[in-house]
Amino acid sequence: MNGQARRWDGLLFVAPFLLLYLLILVYPLFKGLWLSLHSVDIFGDGTFIGLGNYARLFADPIFIQSLVNTFVVTLMIVPPLTVIALALALALNRATRGAAIFRGIFFSSAVLSVTIVTLIWRFILAPDAGLLGELWTALGWEPLPFLSAPHLTLPALAITTIWWSLGLPMLLFLAGLQQIPHDMYEAAALDRASKWTTFWRVTLPSLRRTTILVVMLQTAAQLQLFGQSQLLTAGGPSGASRTAVLFMFESAFGRWELGYAAAAAEILFLIILAVTLTQYWLTGRAGEGEGGR
Amino acid sequence: MPGLILRNIRKAFKGTQVLDGVDLEVAPREFIAFLGPSGSGKSTLLRIIAGLEYADDGEVILDERRIDTLPPGDRGVAMVFQHYALYPHMTVRENMAFGLRNAKVPQAEIDSLIADAARVLEIDPLLDRKPAQLSGGQRQRVAIGRAIVKRPRLFLLDEPLSNLDAALRLRTRVELAQLRQRVDAGVIMVTHDQAEAMTLADRIVVFNDRRIQQVAPPMEIYLRPANKFVAQFVGSPAMTIIPGTLQGGGPLAIVALGNGAVVETAVHRDSLPSGAQVEIGLRPESVRVTRNGDATTSGAVELVERLGERSLVYARLKDGAAVTAEDEGVSTLKVGDEVGLRIDGGAAHLFGPDGTGYHRPAA
Repeated sequence: MNGQARRWDGLLFVAPFLLLYLLILVYPLFKGLWLSLHSVDIFGDGTFIGLGNYARLFADPIFIQSLVNTFVVTLMIVPPLTVIALALALALNRATRGAAIFRGIFFSSAVLSVTIVTLIWRFILAPDAGLLGELWTALGWEPLPFLSAPHLTLPALAITTIWWSLGLPMLLFLAGLQQIPHDMYEAAALDRASKWTTFWRVTLPSLRRTTILVVMLQTAAQLQLFGQSQLLTAGGPSGASRTAVLFMFESAFGRWELGYAAAAAEILFLIILAVTLTQYWLTGRAGEGEGGR
Repeated sequence: MPGLILRNIRKAFKGTQVLDGVDLEVAPREFIAFLGPSGSGKSTLLRIIAGLEYADDGEVILDERRIDTLPPGDRGVAMVFQHYALYPHMTVRENMAFGLRNAKVPQAEIDSLIADAARVLEIDPLLDRKPAQLSGGQRQRVAIGRAIVKRPRLFLLDEPLSNLDAALRLRTRVELAQLRQRVDAGVIMVTHDQAEAMTLADRIVVFNDRRIQQVAPPMEIYLRPANKFVAQFVGSPAMTIIPGTLQGGGPLAIVALGNGAVVETAVHRDSLPSGAQVEIGLRPESVRVTRNGDATTSGAVELVERLGERSLVYARLKDGAAVTAEDEGVSTLKVGDEVGLRIDGGAAHLFGPDGTGYHRPAA
């Protein structure tokens, strides 16, 4: 067998994967790039307009607002989500039956579809008949118009998303906690460390990698927030809760401006790449030389 | 009385008794080794002293203060863990300072304590490194340093040498012995390695089956084992134990083995319990392979281990009893050879029906 034949034989083994990979990942990636450089609608080939779509986007106040909304809602979601997931993991990191049941309950929201989740939270947030509204009325307060007041819609999206997304970070933190060797806690006890000191000086530093992972994954995920925005508030009122992906959806499938939407997608892609790489770079430098005991 | 006193310590895990009424007194500055097989309760007892486990019953008293009711950090003990348990995200210096900071020791004092310990342990150049950047032996030193800076009244070492390779283990053993001269505190070391226990300890506490079997200095454990378990657990290879029958005669016990050989021991007959059935214990060095006609019995060779300075010969007597004997380093014996064995009766041990050991009178 000569070298040439051997190379082609090997390629046959990876061909099924390679074919799918090229078809559903690489091709759309470049197709998107190509689309973003054209003025194109659902019919016909469109015309090449260079960076015209990009120039238009940066002058489009609706797009800019959707980007701002996306950043604001991501900031509202990721820090509380991380803290709550960690707190739940700490509370449920024990081998009792009760802890196992609660782990299941807290994870269960993660398996629901976005449709169900927004439906549930509509029931809770709707000011006239919702759970929170009833509660507020019972306490003698005016119900908060979560789904209609411009300054309350993003918090409403954030609350819904935190509730929905809690499961995975909690599991990651639980896995991280179980990796911490028990004798380190015993050493801390012999070192007269209080519970508080033990948490800050032993537990939290040991969860560094997990925390970085959770924050990066959630940031990348929430910058693409879409379903909750579309289903809970339809981006309203007057764009106050329109996220970047909702903007793309409306451009592409509402106004059939495929090139324009593709250009917006390329921009969001670059933003997510930049944000996660920055997080990685910021957190990666301080953590050298760890791992062994 | 200063020192450590354990009174009637009991501990069960989920219905399984692991310590059943342990009493022990340790003098100040004494080096004690807890020796025993896995699951004998020795580590549990160490952890009870440290406060990492709570005894179901009994008292732990250190320097006239009852400590078993105190949290681990307030007991005046420091522990070196088997896997070191260093904090991976802290530097060596921070690892050593952590306990002192929590105890609100002034920073200047912390610095001088760490500097002293680092000098003694020769880890000054490592103070700003993290544990992952250290070798196993260096981590071990840091773990010891972290214990020293606390100036405890008692050091607890949990299998401190088991994670080191053979060469490093020997070196660290010597260093532990030297270190112990420098600290003004008692040391309790858990080990299952009898060589460690024999070379380091002032006294060895042999554990088996939930109880202390014997507490004695190393050579006494070796020469006058309290019972069959201690006799066979300490010493390598294990002591040969053969059933025998007491013969009539003078004040010293004479025992006939199953193959008819007679061994004249140095054990006083009147110290033995009544009854003719005994077991005789022989260390390999008291059974010599001989070729010049002074053999007291003979056996068939089953295995020869050449160790260099001596050879160990595993032989079987005619009645089937297994005996371990010693031969010169350059032994030419082969498996299947019939060899003459000379039993040194003066060094023989006798064991009664309940396993209790009887020995020649102490010199």
